[in-house]
Amino acid sequence: MYDAPTQASKLDQTDIKITANNVQVYYGDTHAIKDVSVDIVDRAVTAFIGPSGCGKSTFLRCLNRMNDTIDICRVEGQIKIDGEDIYDRRIDPVQLRAKVGMVFQKPNPFPKSIYDNVAYGPKIHGMTRNKAELDEVVETALRGAALWDEVKDRLHTPGTGLSGGQQQRLCIARAVATKPEVLLMDEPCSALDPIATAQVEDLIESLKEQFSVVIVTHSMQQAARISQKTAFFHLGNLVEYDDTNTIFTNPSDPRTESYITGRIG
Amino acid sequence: MTDATHEGAKRHRSLLTVDAQTKKRNAAEARFKVYGMVAILAGLTFLVVLAVSIIRSGLPAFSANMVQVELTLSQEQYAEAEGQLFKTRAYADIFNAAFTAELRERGLTTEFDPESIERIIGQPGATIRSFYRANEDQLGQPVTFNLPTASRIDGYFKGRLLRENVTDSRFLTLADLDLADELKEAGIIQSQFNWTFITGKDSSVDNPGGAGLGASVIGSFAMMLVVLFLSLPIGVAASIYLEEFAPKNRITDLIEVNISNLAAVPSIVFGILGLAVFIQFAHLPQSAPLVGGLVLTLMTLPTIIISTRASLKSVPPSIRDAALGVGASKMQAVFHHVLPLAMPGILTGTIIGLAQALGETAPLLLIGMVGFVAREYPDGLVSAFMDPNSAMPAQIYTWAARSDDAFYEKAWGGIIILLVFLLAMNLLAILLRRRFERRW
Repeated sequence: MYDAPTQASKLDQTDIKITANNVQVYYGDTHAIKDVSVDIVDRAVTAFIGPSGCGKSTFLRCLNRMNDTIDICRVEGQIKIDGEDIYDRRIDPVQLRAKVGMVFQKPNPFPKSIYDNVAYGPKIHGMTRNKAELDEVVETALRGAALWDEVKDRLHTPGTGLSGGQQQRLCIARAVATKPEVLLMDEPCSALDPIATAQVEDLIESLKEQFSVVIVTHSMQQAARISQKTAFFHLGNLVEYDDTNTIFTNPSDPRTESYITGRIG
Repeated sequence: MTDATHEGAKRHRSLLTVDAQTKKRNAAEARFKVYGMVAILAGLTFLVVLAVSIIRSGLPAFSANMVQVELTLSQEQYAEAEGQLFKTRAYADIFNAAFTAELRERGLTTEFDPESIERIIGQPGATIRSFYRANEDQLGQPVTFNLPTASRIDGYFKGRLLRENVTDSRFLTLADLDLADELKEAGIIQSQFNWTFITGKDSSVDNPGGAGLGASVIGSFAMMLVVLFLSLPIGVAASIYLEEFAPKNRITDLIEVNISNLAAVPSIVFGILGLAVFIQFAHLPQSAPLVGGLVLTLMTLPTIIISTRASLKSVPPSIRDAALGVGASKMQAVFHHVLPLAMPGILTGTIIGLAQALGETAPLLLIGMVGFVAREYPDGLVSAFMDPNSAMPAQIYTWAARSDDAFYEKAWGGIIILLVFLLAMNLLAILLRRRFERRW
């Protein structure tokens, strides 16, 4: 079995944002995530790759406790963000999710205006005192998501009227607006065409300056292009976790090599 | 297909010739379409027959043959009549005398029996008495009364009663009909729009001309308010809890099954439950619209819960994820995002539930909201809920059960009014749906 701590020790320990220790996830009787331990670095992009059903999305959803919404889902083990166990009884998942933002596979803007979509998070968290501040937060978030120039003249039109790529960037803006520290992205480009994908990838590139970005992707090229660290999941196990370059050029586990070269998956 | 691989000749079958299997399939499809059309036509035919028969039987209820008579009652006559034992009888006598005199003055050709007047105009005494009691200052001055004709004469003009079927009796003679015809020609009897039918109260069995649906419309309205203000919040709160918050386990499964079953419980069961719990146990007043509303709330709740849960379920989970993902609490996600999207469905379900409740009769009969109770208008808001009243369908039922044909006609007319209310509610449901409908 792969020994995570020794692998992790090779990484730069100074800037660890998230630490997962022996995480187990069960869906009813199904053991979906088996003993995963991983350290995720701050201000970098970490990619989770692996064949469908390998548990990478499930593991991602553990990081902001989105799995809490699934009744039959049970998480064991320890996940620490900035040294705090997020599954501690005293942790309120709502507060956690303000700190750990999430972008989903399918663009899911609220059926409200573009402005309201972005302003919703700051509003419910009471981050602004007045309309002017809120306007500023919305503009910063939309600029951060490289969407401002396209929508600045129609902020009050429905967010659902945008194109797929714009919608996804709107969702990123919405996630960024609450000023999270970690941004989780669950296959954010799978519903987008190549041009929109390139835009979102550029965006992720710039987002890593401020956040720790964790992205699940099916596209190994994408992982290779944008991430600094890559984790390979297979059948619920974390097979290998290392610098992206190492994973793609010199993987230590034969399963990783098979997947990358297209023999399994 | 297997043939094609074996025989080279068949591989190049022309698409222009239809093979046997395709023919069979097409025939089956054509047959099915015909069945469907026959079913729809049958349905439409029933609908048309229903609508036509309701309108044909019900429309006459909206007009009435009225007699306009000018009458001057002196102070002495008033005092004398009030002093008698049978006061309305006394007023009727005064009226008959005055009317007879007026007809003689007009020089009507037909000779008539003074009693005919009484048979034509029914019972004017009560109307005249209540008018002068309320307006004593009008004594001594000429007042024009607009009085309904007796139900048989009204029926004669509306074609309900045919001359051939009339045999002289103490209720009606052929001579009466001659006189009525003459009065009609002279313009003394006129067919007018029957406002009393829409605004009036129920009348006694021998005075169908004075009967109206107004009081029971108020009763129905009060009940609908109770139903709306109880079942909407309770139903929506229950559905939101069950759908969004409750853990899925045996207990919630049991609750779910039972709510579905409740929707299928016969309404009379709710009626007897209401009688036992609200009236006999809680001692709420009998025949009160409040109790009717409570009973109908019990009946409407399952409908609202089922439709609300269905519309909550139809909101895509991605919206919930999106809200939770930016750190909204579960309640914020539900109230800010899920509920607005489910609103059209909830409103439609509520209005359909209300429409069902509006047309419900059986439970009302059990708690005493029968038609003849609606003799008085409620005098104020509290009275509208607490004082005995009836409701539209119960009033219609009571009328339909009375022996006089004139009431039968009123029952049909009442159904038209009820249907107008139901159509209006359905229209409202459609409009609200349009108004709130959004895309996602």
